[in-house]
Amino acid sequence: MSGKIVFNIRELAKRPPKLLPGHRLCAGCAAPIIAKLALLATDRPTIVVNATGCLEVATTIFPYTSWNVPWIHNAFENAASTASGIEAVIKALKKKGKYKYENVDIIVFAGDGGTYDIGLQSLSGALERGHDFLYILYDNEAYMNTGIQRSGGTPLGAWTTTSPAGRVIPGKTQHKKPIADIAVAHRIPYVATATPAHWMDFMRKVRKGLDVNGPAFIHALSPCDRGWRFDTSETIEVCKLAVDTCYFPLWEFENGEWRLTDRSLAIARNPRLKKPVEEFLKVQGRFKHLFKPENRHLIEEIQRHVDAIWEDLLERTGIK
Amino acid sequence: MGETLRSWKELPLSALPFKLSTEFKTGDWRTFRPVVDQEKCTRCLLCWVYCPDMSIVWDGQRISVNYDYCKGCGICARECPVKAIEMVKE
Repeated sequence: MSGKIVFNIRELAKRPPKLLPGHRLCAGCAAPIIAKLALLATDRPTIVVNATGCLEVATTIFPYTSWNVPWIHNAFENAASTASGIEAVIKALKKKGKYKYENVDIIVFAGDGGTYDIGLQSLSGALERGHDFLYILYDNEAYMNTGIQRSGGTPLGAWTTTSPAGRVIPGKTQHKKPIADIAVAHRIPYVATATPAHWMDFMRKVRKGLDVNGPAFIHALSPCDRGWRFDTSETIEVCKLAVDTCYFPLWEFENGEWRLTDRSLAIARNPRLKKPVEEFLKVQGRFKHLFKPENRHLIEEIQRHVDAIWEDLLERTGIK
Repeated sequence: MGETLRSWKELPLSALPFKLSTEFKTGDWRTFRPVVDQEKCTRCLLCWVYCPDMSIVWDGQRISVNYDYCKGCGICARECPVKAIEMVKE
């Protein structure tokens, strides 16, 4: 069971935050919740590498920085290579006896654009070389920072400014890329999915990812109220619906073994808890057009896709 | 060139953000302000966990809201299990 690591939130909340307020991410954004919780999960010295994206531009608007930990931004496509370089430098300095810390946590934060599309080759290379770092993908399912353009992480049927729903196409015409499965295919020690709503589960996964020797990858869902078109207060609710409908199942892959966690494990044990995917789609304006009669077949298509992945996951985790 | 390389401390300030964002107040973005009912509050700290702007302050006894940074998104009020936070128009 993953229940071994316990976080005492009343104690943690007394500490000064490692991600400071005053950042200019939109009201209700999930990305700072993800970054804040991830940084809480460890006490060791931490270095943060940030790919270009919402989190990067909005937390470091010149001359301000919101990072209370060492932080580096390099480019859009090379966050994983930058982390590899940092890990290699630390190794070299340790050999020369010039480095005072025993263990340093290297955490990469990158969005879906910097992971699915632009940063995929550098990520794959770093995973293959086996550098010891944790890569956290905060997936808001489009290029939100530049104005909601579709990415490899955008799901089927979603409206974006470059997959506009109208007479010609009903939103994006392709499915989401299975990025966490791509990470698993590299046979790295630790891969997991998480959402900020299931925060204890997420923090445990961060700790596990940092504790393993070698690369770890966490795919965190990061609902975007501007791009997904929902009220700023519903961010956490949308996360919960994504998990409850099995649109975004919570699982971990540790040393070759698959495991469902938290709410998804509960759903696997009691399938009556599984909600239809419509519940997740209907709260978001980006899927509004799918509820027109001519597009209803797309909801069925999304449901089939979600069910196939869920059934596959049940088999992999040995529940079926 | 013969020049010695400069360390990051000698770089021009344009390459490095050098002020903490706590100097930049985002509280004026707000339309609705969260108001905490201390009687109802059970100190579960879920609001602290979910606040995207680190604006819920826990002193070990009670929670309060830092209105300097709170953008008024309303996540805290929505997620409070005992409905101890109310969103009031500014």
